[in-house]
Amino acid sequence: MSTTSEALPSGAGVGPGAPLLELLDVSAAYGPVQVLHGISLVVAEGEVVVVLGANGAGKTTTIRSICGMVATQGSVLLGGKDIVGKRTADVARLGVAHVPQGRGTFSDLSVEDNLQLGAFTRKDGDVRDDIDRWYEVFPVLGERRAQSAGTLSGGEQQMLAVARALMGRPRLLLLDEPSLGLAPLIVQDLFRRLEGIKADLGTTMLVVEQNANLALGIADRAYVLEAGTIVLSGTAAELREDDAVRRAYLGY
Amino acid sequence: MELFLARLFDGLSAGATYAVIAVALVLIYKATTLINFAQGELAMLGSFVAYVLAVEQGLPIYVAVVVAMVITAALAGGIERVLIRPFDPSNHLPLVIITLGLFLLINAVAGMVWGFDPRRFPGVFPDGNAWTFGIARLRWYTVGTLATVVVLLVVLTILLNRTKIGLAFRAVSSNLESAGLVGVRAGPTLQFGWALAASVGTLAGVLFVSDPFRQLEPTYAQRVLIFASAAAVLGGLDSLWGALAGGLALGLVESIVVGYVEFIPSQMGLATAVFVIIAVLLVRPAGLFGTKVIERV
Repeated sequence: MSTTSEALPSGAGVGPGAPLLELLDVSAAYGPVQVLHGISLVVAEGEVVVVLGANGAGKTTTIRSICGMVATQGSVLLGGKDIVGKRTADVARLGVAHVPQGRGTFSDLSVEDNLQLGAFTRKDGDVRDDIDRWYEVFPVLGERRAQSAGTLSGGEQQMLAVARALMGRPRLLLLDEPSLGLAPLIVQDLFRRLEGIKADLGTTMLVVEQNANLALGIADRAYVLEAGTIVLSGTAAELREDDAVRRAYLGY
Repeated sequence: MELFLARLFDGLSAGATYAVIAVALVLIYKATTLINFAQGELAMLGSFVAYVLAVEQGLPIYVAVVVAMVITAALAGGIERVLIRPFDPSNHLPLVIITLGLFLLINAVAGMVWGFDPRRFPGVFPDGNAWTFGIARLRWYTVGTLATVVVLLVVLTILLNRTKIGLAFRAVSSNLESAGLVGVRAGPTLQFGWALAASVGTLAGVLFVSDPFRQLEPTYAQRVLIFASAAAVLGGLDSLWGALAGGLALGLVESIVVGYVEFIPSQMGLATAVFVIIAVLLVRPAGLFGTKVIERV
């Protein structure tokens, strides 16, 4: 485990895969308000990495800086190529799927149209098969395929948002506070699903989350973000044992 | 009976033209999520282009209309690229102001080029009546306009609901940010929306002024827009088929209610129709066929 605020060398402390996503000295600001102060992190191919932090620490901004949704300085490397300055739609076309905070479903479109949109950039002929597969994984979506997404419950919308993101067969899945606003049982179910996706598909994920307990449960490694700076990083097991993390984020 | 049929056909005739312009309005609203003040003026401009091609250049009227639709589509696509795209698409006010400026500009240019004298637009459909019953006359114009609206609606419904560009349209108007997150490029999608709406608007404008009882002049679209907006709101601003229903309802109310209710003077026809709309909206705020916003969080 390392306690650091300076840039990590790329690949440091990473699992077996090659780095898929690297943030190097990334700063981000909304107008005059700077939120990220030079953070660096890395996500290797096939890894699930969690960013923990309190409200206002910069978790959402970290994810938005990857997708060209906030003015960003520094380098964001995807597969070694810098993607800072690219438009959101073009980052998506590089295989980055982003489930935004608040789920971002197309609420007046049907469940099926939402899934079709997840596959918008795909050119292959397997889209129909993939949709049917997600209906098997989430039967409630199949039952409500013709309903508008806005009529689903919060938990169902989160399932839809995750399924929509995976419809794009992404190289990298970004999840922004998936537990937000959901009942505890629904959150547990959701994280079980994410664990299943990790096991079955091996999708590389970067998850920002306040619910440290559940998030560390599915993570290989984690970073702790405080006031726009990374203050701690390590494997999920290491962070679980860390006293400061326990007191601040795990509550025991 | 004769009198009733006469009023029914009058109502259908007016209603069909309200409907066709209302369809164009609903389309631009669905495709660009904007109330576009320039829409009517683009339709007017397209009508003049068709007029010049048909009357001054001697092209067959159908060819002239199709060419005018293509020209206005290209023009609207260019407007989107140069004047609209540089601005933040989620902030509507500056965009609406730009469309207001375009409205004034196009109107002034048309007035400069063609003057304000009314012109007789060549008929698109045969003159005369498809069916007569005493004083009741169902004109070919009415039949042709209604048939065109229905065909247009079928084509647009397929385009919006069954094609990829239609899916992109609906994504952009539903949730701009999420559209970007799934890889839909808002700029080209909106550009296609502008072009499509402008060409449909041109078709609508041509159908409107080709009525032998009407004339082509640079200000015609402004009056039409009031009827058509009322029809679109009545039908539900985001419903294409609602625009047809709203237009016909408006035309029929104007003609039948005013015809039979003696204390309403005939000059109050449209005002009466607007009161009917207000009454409908009190009961159904989303219009007759509009999407009610239901959202759980």
